[in-house]
Amino acid sequence: MKLFRMLGRSIRDAFKSVFRNFSLSLASISCITITLIIVALSILASFNVENFTAEIEKDMTIVVFVENGISDDKIDEITKKIKGISNVDSYIFKGKQTVKEEMQKESDIFNAIMAEWDDDSNPLKDTFQVKVKNIEKISQTANKIKSFDGVSVVRYGEGMVDQMVTAFQSIEKVAYGVVIALILVTVFLIINTIKLTIFSRKREISIMRLVGASNFTIKTPFIVEGMVLGLIGSIVPVCLILFGYLAFYQHFDGYLFSQLIQLIKPEPFIYIVSLMVIGIGILVGMIGSASAVRKYLKV
Amino acid sequence: MDLIRLKNVKKQYKNGVTAIYDLNLSIQKGSFVFVIGGSGSGKSTFIKMLYREEKPTCGSIIVGGINVAKLRNKKVYKLRRKLGIVFQDYRLLPKLNVYENVAFTMEVIGAKKDETRRKVLKALELVGLKNKVHNYPDQLSGGEQQRVAIARAIVNEPKLLLCDEPTGNLDPERSMEIMKVLEEINKTCGTTVIMATHDKEIVNKLKKQVIVLKDGRLVKQEERGTYSEAV
Ligand SMILES: Nc1ncnc2c1ncn2[C@@H]1O[C@H](COP(=O)(O)OP(=O)(O)O)[C@@H](O)[C@H]1O
Ligand SMILES: [Mg+2]
Repeated sequence: MKLFRMLGRSIRDAFKSVFRNFSLSLASISCITITLIIVALSILASFNVENFTAEIEKDMTIVVFVENGISDDKIDEITKKIKGISNVDSYIFKGKQTVKEEMQKESDIFNAIMAEWDDDSNPLKDTFQVKVKNIEKISQTANKIKSFDGVSVVRYGEGMVDQMVTAFQSIEKVAYGVVIALILVTVFLIINTIKLTIFSRKREISIMRLVGASNFTIKTPFIVEGMVLGLIGSIVPVCLILFGYLAFYQHFDGYLFSQLIQLIKPEPFIYIVSLMVIGIGILVGMIGSASAVRKYLKV
Repeated sequence: MDLIRLKNVKKQYKNGVTAIYDLNLSIQKGSFVFVIGGSGSGKSTFIKMLYREEKPTCGSIIVGGINVAKLRNKKVYKLRRKLGIVFQDYRLLPKLNVYENVAFTMEVIGAKKDETRRKVLKALELVGLKNKVHNYPDQLSGGEQQRVAIARAIVNEPKLLLCDEPTGNLDPERSMEIMKVLEEINKTCGTTVIMATHDKEIVNKLKKQVIVLKDGRLVKQEERGTYSEAV
């Protein structure tokens, strides 16, 4: 009960203080707002990238073509070797007849041409379709299989996908760097804001100490003030997430550039990201105010 | 019973000045004590050590069962809640009115609203300012401001009231009003009052216990003492 009263008082004081020194608070709030907008964009982008690369990676398969006219023993040997590679998750063997039937089903033209082929005249090759455990090592695994006797060609994924994933990864790294730098600047600004509040309330603080306020009571309003700054700073970014992402999603009908890149559905995604952004805002505010209190409020 | 006991207390400030030399004394519960001495004799230092604004360099200070000399910074508030403090310069908050200034003590220790209200009005009645609850400090005379400060100091019903030259800024007439309030608090609430002063007239008129300091040393401690010229 006592704690709640104290917290209530702290929150009331914090809001009062933010609005009393509004011009000062405004600097911190704008900085938090800008930071959180960039944080929000980064989170939205990286979750989406994460999502569709995972989708693409799920479908990434190594296709192994076996040389024509090879004996069944040789195929057994290749099977064993593939099974022996540690990065191989699973594999399916598809004989040339199966491949032919699948292709016939896909198109009428193929169907017409291939209907003529019998087992011997079928120019297609027997194949293995291999899935790997670690997608980053897919090229090593493919090269290893290529070196096997009786294997003619190995193909995996599309080079474009690979390049896209690396491109997004480097963009992500840059975004992280920018976010961290912005957070540091924000924390610094909050420290300054809280420092000035502490100085402007020196007299009050000394009287509080005199009449028996505990350290907790003295410190909490300042820390809460930092959190309130963070909270206010997250209003604009959250609106941007809630309405901006929804509009973006609807405008592009859920896909970006091509059917390949599918966007994450807005619900509940935007709410989760909003909560994350609010949480980050409050946390950054708290870190700033806590360090200001530690530095400038000797109790 | 002793409320305060000092043993071999010495205070040397960081700049090397020794303000108190080997002080031994005790003060009984419920007494009214003047701490007298010339300027620089160590009165303020003595009072400051009692509410743990300053730590003694060595020796022990017991206030109401708390070993103040060993009290950790984090626990100082526990001591402060058991005593009230009044200064020469009132130290009110200019943006709060009389009621709010007194209620401030109750609020920062987390008291309930109705308890706060009851105690604040009682304290203001005791100092005779019940009719000025809505005034701000700059709308009050010096004597009235000091009475607000006293109300703030006693609102939580402390056992001990420390006053450092509370009449220092007031003319003799207002000073006597303040002394009447302090005597009243001492009598009706049983609060122990310790008041540092160099006002001869007040000391000689009231004939209370005196502790005489000179250059940081205890000269004498006596009942119904007076401010003799020797000091
Ligand atoms: N914070 C301080 N730092 C250094 N010296 C101090 C401090 N406070 C008081 N003194 C010195 O201690 C001595 C006693 O001062 P004080 O206790 O204020 O005396 P009084 O209140 O009787 O005038 C003086 O010599 C004064 O200069
Ligand atoms: Mg003094």
